[in-house]
Amino acid sequence: MNLTLKIWRQKDSSTKGQMVDYKVTEISEHMSFLEMMDVLNEQLVNAGEEPVAFDHDCREGICGMCSMYINGEAHGPDRGVTTCQLHMRMFKDGDTITIEPFRAAAFPVIKDLVVDRSSFDRIQHAGGYISVNTSGNTQDANSIPISKHAADEAMDAATCIGCGACVATCKNSSAMLFVGAKVSQYALLPQGQVEAADRVQNMVAQMDLEGFGNCTNTGACEVECPKGISLDNIARMNRELMKANI
Amino acid sequence: MALDSKVPQGPLKDKWTDYKNKINLVNPANKRHIDVIVVGTGLAGGSASATLAELGYNVKSFAYQDSPRRAHSIAAQGGINAAKNYQGDGDSTYRLFYDTVKGGDYRSREANVYRLAEVSANIIDQCVAQGVPFARDYGGLLDNRSFGGVLVSRTFYAKGQTGQQLLLGAYSAMNRQIARGKIEMFNRHEMLDVVIVDGKARGIIARNLVTGEIERHSAHAVVIASGGYGNVYFLSTNAMGSNVTAGWKVHKKGAYFANPCYTQIHPTCIPRSGDYQSKLTLMSESLRNDGRIWVPKNMDDVMAIREGRKKPTDLSEEQRDYYLERRYPAFGNLVPRDVASRAAKERCDAGYGVNATGEAVYLDFASAITRYGKEQAKIQNINNPSDAKIYELGQKIVEAKYGNLFQMYEKIVDENPYETPMMIYPAVHYTMGGIWVDYNLMTTIPGCYAIGEANFSDHGANRLGASALMQGLADGYFVLPYTIGDYLADDIRTGKISTDSPEFEAAEKEVTDRIKFFINNKGTHSVDYYHKKLGKIMWDKCGMSRNKAGLEEAIEEISALRKDFWQNVLVPGTDTEYNEQLAKAGRVADFLELGELFAKDALVREESAGGHFREEYQTEEGEAKRLKEFQFVSAWEYKGEPKDAVLHKEELVYENIEVKERSYK
Repeated sequence: MNLTLKIWRQKDSSTKGQMVDYKVTEISEHMSFLEMMDVLNEQLVNAGEEPVAFDHDCREGICGMCSMYINGEAHGPDRGVTTCQLHMRMFKDGDTITIEPFRAAAFPVIKDLVVDRSSFDRIQHAGGYISVNTSGNTQDANSIPISKHAADEAMDAATCIGCGACVATCKNSSAMLFVGAKVSQYALLPQGQVEAADRVQNMVAQMDLEGFGNCTNTGACEVECPKGISLDNIARMNRELMKANI
Repeated sequence: MALDSKVPQGPLKDKWTDYKNKINLVNPANKRHIDVIVVGTGLAGGSASATLAELGYNVKSFAYQDSPRRAHSIAAQGGINAAKNYQGDGDSTYRLFYDTVKGGDYRSREANVYRLAEVSANIIDQCVAQGVPFARDYGGLLDNRSFGGVLVSRTFYAKGQTGQQLLLGAYSAMNRQIARGKIEMFNRHEMLDVVIVDGKARGIIARNLVTGEIERHSAHAVVIASGGYGNVYFLSTNAMGSNVTAGWKVHKKGAYFANPCYTQIHPTCIPRSGDYQSKLTLMSESLRNDGRIWVPKNMDDVMAIREGRKKPTDLSEEQRDYYLERRYPAFGNLVPRDVASRAAKERCDAGYGVNATGEAVYLDFASAITRYGKEQAKIQNINNPSDAKIYELGQKIVEAKYGNLFQMYEKIVDENPYETPMMIYPAVHYTMGGIWVDYNLMTTIPGCYAIGEANFSDHGANRLGASALMQGLADGYFVLPYTIGDYLADDIRTGKISTDSPEFEAAEKEVTDRIKFFINNKGTHSVDYYHKKLGKIMWDKCGMSRNKAGLEEAIEEISALRKDFWQNVLVPGTDTEYNEQLAKAGRVADFLELGELFAKDALVREESAGGHFREEYQTEEGEAKRLKEFQFVSAWEYKGEPKDAVLHKEELVYENIEVKERSYK
C-alpha cells in the first residue's frame, strides 16, 4: 500500500518543531509499524536527509521504549499493543497517518518522536522498591505462602512496561495508572507491607513534583494501556494513600 | 600469556565456600573510596550494580536505553532454573550442575557451573523478598514448570514474562541505591572504549547519545555486562540496539574472546515473513511443555497446506509426523534447543516445511487443551462434558499459562493459535561465547570483569532453557560482589583515579577520530545495508550447520564487506546531536570484525558440539559428533585483523562428571 505520513520533526528540546509530510510506497500489510518507519528512514538516508528519530528497542512489546502517538492515539489504533506490535494491516492503501511523540509536560521532547521519560524513573527512586539487601540471606522463598489470587493480581499490576501511554493519553497527563500499578504490586504482597505507607506517600509526592496532572476518572489510560493495567490499581493507590495519611 | 582459570583447589562442592572464606575483604569505610563502573543494566549488570552499591562501593552504571528497566533481559519469557527441589522430583545442586554441563555438550568449566547451581536456590529467595510475583499454586507456594534437556521441574516463572519481573526486581534494587546516591546512573550513554592505566582497567570513554558529548569516566574496576552478540546475524531475537561493542573494545585492549562460534539458535520463533523484517520474535520454550511439534508425514499434505487447499487441523494423527517424539522418545518435545533446532531444519531441508518459504513447522496445543479440559471437567464435577465444553475449559488453562505469548503470536501473524497450530522456525537467540573470564569472572585485563551473557563461562556449547536468567543474577548478586572485593582489596590506598592522564587522552582521541570519520565519510550505502549483508553471510554460512568451504568463504566475504564498509558507509547528521545512525555505524563496524573471528573460530573447531554443528562431523544418525581432542575453550587474542588473532587453549578437565555421548533418545 501507499501512504502519506505526517510526522512531527523537532531538532532538539530547545528548537521549535513542525509537522512534515512524507510518502512511502509498497508497504506490506505484514510489516510492523516500526518496519514501515525503517523503510521511510532508509529512504531518507539514501536521499541524504536526516532520518526520523524514534525510540525502539526490543520490538516485541515488552521493553516499553517505543512511544508514538499515531492518529491521535498512544500506540495507534490497535488495542493491547505497543507501537512496535502494531501492524500495517490496521491501515488501508492511501491512508494519511499522523505521527507525533507522546506529549506531556513531564515528557519533554529530545528529538522528533523521542521523549525524555526520566520522570518515571525518579518516581521509582522515591519508593518503587522493597528495602531488602541482596545478600542471599533472606528466608526461604516458600516460607510465606501467598494466595494465588493475590500473586496473580500483583503480577497483573507488575506487567506495566513503563511506556507512558497512560500519560500521553490522559487529558490531564496524569501518571496515576503507572504509579498505581507499582504501589499495587507491593501492596498486594506481604513483602511490601512493611514500607507500604512511606512508599505510597513518597511516590505520590514525587509524581506531583514532576508535573503530572491529577486523575479525573475518564479511564482513557486503561483503554490505551498496551498491557491492560486496570483502573482498580488507581483506586487501590488512593486507598493506600488514605490509609497512610490517617 | 598462558591462561589461568584460577579454579580453587579442593573438592568440587567445597570450592566456593572455601574460596569465600579465604579471600580478602574491603572494610566498609574503605569501600566508600572505591569506584566501580558497570556497563549494562540487564539482569547481570543491574544486579551487580545494586549489590556493589549496597556493599558500599561507588557505582557508575551505563545503559544505552533511556532507563535501566529496558535492558533486553526484560524480554526473557519462560523462566529461571533453581535447584530448590520443591516438587520433590529428585532435583539437587548436583543434578542441576550435571544437566548444565551435559546440556552444554561438555564444553563448560566444571567449577563455574557447580557454583552456579549452588547459588541458584538463593536467587529465588532473594527475588521473592524483593516482591517478584512468581506464579503460585492454590496452596500459596511457588509453582514450577519444565524446560528442555532435563527430567525435573525446576523452572520458576511469572507467566511468560519472567525476565521482565526479574529485571524489574533488579531495577528496584538499583532504584533504592540510586535514591541513596550510591549508584550514579548514566542512561542513553554508550561505552566506546576501556582505558587501561599501568596494565589495569581504570575507566571508560562513553558517549552521551543525546548530546553526542564524549565523556571520560574513571574507576578502580570495570564490569562489562553488555549481553550477547546475536545481532551479528542482523535478524535475531535480540533487541535492535543489542551489540558487541563494549565486549569488542575490551577484546581489542587485551581481553581474550572465547568460543565466538557457540551460538544458540532457538527452535521456537515466529518464522520470517519478508525482506523488510527487522527482528525475530521468540515463542518461549515453556510452550514445549504443552505444545507438540510436527510436520505432515506425506508430501501431498505439505503441498496442500502450502497452497491453502488443506488446513493443519484437517490432518489426522496418523498423517502427522511428531518428529521429536519419534526421534527422541525419552525427552520428546523437551529436547535441548540445539537438538530441536537441527531437527526442524532437517525436516524443512527435506521439504516438509509448512509455510510458503518452506521454513516453518507446527507447534500444536490441541492435545494439551483437551487434556486440561478433561481434567477441569473432573475437578468441576461435570459429567459427560461435550467436546466444546472440554475445549472451553482447556483453553482457559492454556490461556492462564501462556496467554501473553498467544496474544503476541496473534498480533504478529494474525492467526489464532488456540484454533490453528502455531508456525515456528529456529532463530538466533543467545550467544554462549563471549569474553573469556577466570573463576573470579575477571578477563585477561586485570580489573576488567565480564558477567552474564557477555562472558563465556557457564553454558559450554549450548545453553539450557531458563539458565540465562539464573546465570545473570548469580553473577551479579552472588558471585562478582565477592570476587571483585578480593581484587579491590589492593586498591584501598589508590585514591581517586584521574581522568587527566595520557591514557584517557589517547583513548578519547581514538573514539573521537572514529566518530569524525563516520560523519565525514559521506559514502554511498547506509549502515543497515552493510548490517543486512553481514547477517546474510552469517546465517547462510555460520548458521545452524557449517562446513569448511562455507566458513572459508564467509571469512573472505566478511573481510571484503568490512573493507567496503570503511570506504563507502553513509552516516547522515552530525556528531553533536541525537544520531541513531552514528551509534549504529560504530556497532556494525565492530560486528564486521567479530563476524570474521566467529567464522574463523568455527573453522578451527573441527568437531560438532552443542550449537556448533559441522557437517563433516556427525554420527550416522545425524547427531553432533564431539571429539576428545577439542575438549578445550578457544580463547582468541587480538592482534589487529581478525585473521591474525592468536588462539589460546584452556583445556577442560572433568573430574566430577563422566564425559559421555550426549543422548536424549
